[in-house]
Amino acid sequence: MTANVSIRGVTQRYGGALALDGVSLEIAAGEFVVLLGPSGCGKTTLLNLIGGFSEPVSGQVLIGGRDMAGVSPAQRPTTTVFQDYALFPHMTLADNVGFGLRMRGVGRAARRVQAEEMLALVGLPGRADRRPHELSGGQRQRVALARALAVSPDVLLLDEPLGALDLKLRRAMQDELKAIQRRVGTTFVHVTHDQEEAMAIADRIVVMNAGKVADIGPPREVYLRPKSLFSAAFMGEINQIAVRDGQSALGPMGAGTGVLLVRPESIGLTGGLPLGDCRVEDAAFFGTHVRAHVTPLAAPDLRLTVHLPQATATSPGDVLTLFATDPVMLEA
Amino acid sequence: MRVLSWVYLALAYAFVFLPVVVLVVFSFQDGRLPVPPFQGFSWRWYDKVLNDDGLMVALGHSALVAFVSSALALAMGFLAAHALARVRLPGSVLLRGVLIAPMTVSYLIIALGLLRVFNQTGVPLSLWAAGIGHVVINLPLCFAICYAAMGDHQKNAERAARDLGAGEAQVLWLISAPMLAPAMVAAFFLSVTFSWDEFIIAFLLTRFEVTLPVEIWSMLRSGLSPATNAVGALVFLVSVVAVVLMEVVVFRRAK
Repeated sequence: MTANVSIRGVTQRYGGALALDGVSLEIAAGEFVVLLGPSGCGKTTLLNLIGGFSEPVSGQVLIGGRDMAGVSPAQRPTTTVFQDYALFPHMTLADNVGFGLRMRGVGRAARRVQAEEMLALVGLPGRADRRPHELSGGQRQRVALARALAVSPDVLLLDEPLGALDLKLRRAMQDELKAIQRRVGTTFVHVTHDQEEAMAIADRIVVMNAGKVADIGPPREVYLRPKSLFSAAFMGEINQIAVRDGQSALGPMGAGTGVLLVRPESIGLTGGLPLGDCRVEDAAFFGTHVRAHVTPLAAPDLRLTVHLPQATATSPGDVLTLFATDPVMLEA
Repeated sequence: MRVLSWVYLALAYAFVFLPVVVLVVFSFQDGRLPVPPFQGFSWRWYDKVLNDDGLMVALGHSALVAFVSSALALAMGFLAAHALARVRLPGSVLLRGVLIAPMTVSYLIIALGLLRVFNQTGVPLSLWAAGIGHVVINLPLCFAICYAAMGDHQKNAERAARDLGAGEAQVLWLISAPMLAPAMVAAFFLSVTFSWDEFIIAFLLTRFEVTLPVEIWSMLRSGLSPATNAVGALVFLVSVVAVVLMEVVVFRRAK
């Protein structure tokens, strides 16, 4: 029903290009892990290696402690939800969902019962005799999910499953995905390039870049305490202030040499770290906050993005005294 | 301009269909020669043809050869298309080219080549030999149609089936073939019509049991008669039915 996944020093090449560069990763049984990164970062390659669609050049993939080298996708305790759903257009929804059970020798009547249960689980009760082309994109995605879960895999792999849906539907589906994962308890490994989606559903986020793991941890930690510049910038907007031996253009900051990172919403009119007087370059009302670009008077070359409280009334040319909270120092 | 284009359309259709129309009209000739003037309407040539044992036996042979050779060509063409669309082989472009090449070779050359091979290897001239010839000409057609119809859509569905535990044979039978059904039906009926009309291969590779076009040819040798027109009209009718059937089935599936 659920198993841990252990990836040990996996390297993969396509042609001459290095797609994965010695990636190691431990995923606990029943965990919801999201592989996050831009296209070409290796996240889908890693998913394919777990699913058995390709074999690594070097390194090991273990599922439930079993080495998966040479084990075909059909023989692995994994199933995949594909980005384009890959439903069987000539079969009813019941036959689609029951396909994996059929391959495992389950009888017709038992398949039907289980398929109906799975369709109800994903919110499509009573549609067993419909065909895929009668459904909307979101509904097809649910069927793909039901089909993959019907065989009770130990690990469910999701390859950008919400990528083809519009934003509103995507936000609704991701809540549901999380709820379904809690109910079935299967290990979910989900690939996406949408950091909001990742934060909404993940127990842990694995940020990937150029074939390597750039950061890993719970959403709060990856967002607030990024371990690399890449993951800091990929998770959302971030201000970077250069620091040399504890000194920056804005006065003493942090310790050592490197980059001080501050999220726009961590800059305000109060806080622990003074940024000095800043001139407002532009400001716009964004509903939940006022977004402004400011330039510190002490460092005319620096431009900071700040999210000020909704009630702040400011216009270009104003000078505000700003403070930062939760700065993160990345040592060079 | 508008009128001119309609006139052109009418002429084009007349050019294509006039011979067939003339053939069909004179198959109803109430006289001994299928030439103008038209002397009146009669079913008697159809009556004669349908009661001619030689012709009816040849018709049975033609149907047998057409269906069996088309089924074989389709099965082989589908498997080849599936393999070449899915597996990256060294020189797959060359393999594909060689498979389609027989389409560009004249039937006469293919027939002469097969005749020579069969003589050398001791395969007797028969309906079977003609059937093999028809597989040779229809295999490239079936391959090309199936290959063109295979897209990423099928590829992803096959991948999903494998992921869910299907073996290769199950993937082919339960996923690939049903998803390609419209193309396969089209390829089959086209093959049937080509085999049904084919003369030169059947003429050179059969001996005692002949197909309908060969039988018609021997009828022609004894001179013109409205009976040959009647047979021609019937052959044409069968081809039309096959094409219409194909259109109906394919369009139904496409919807």
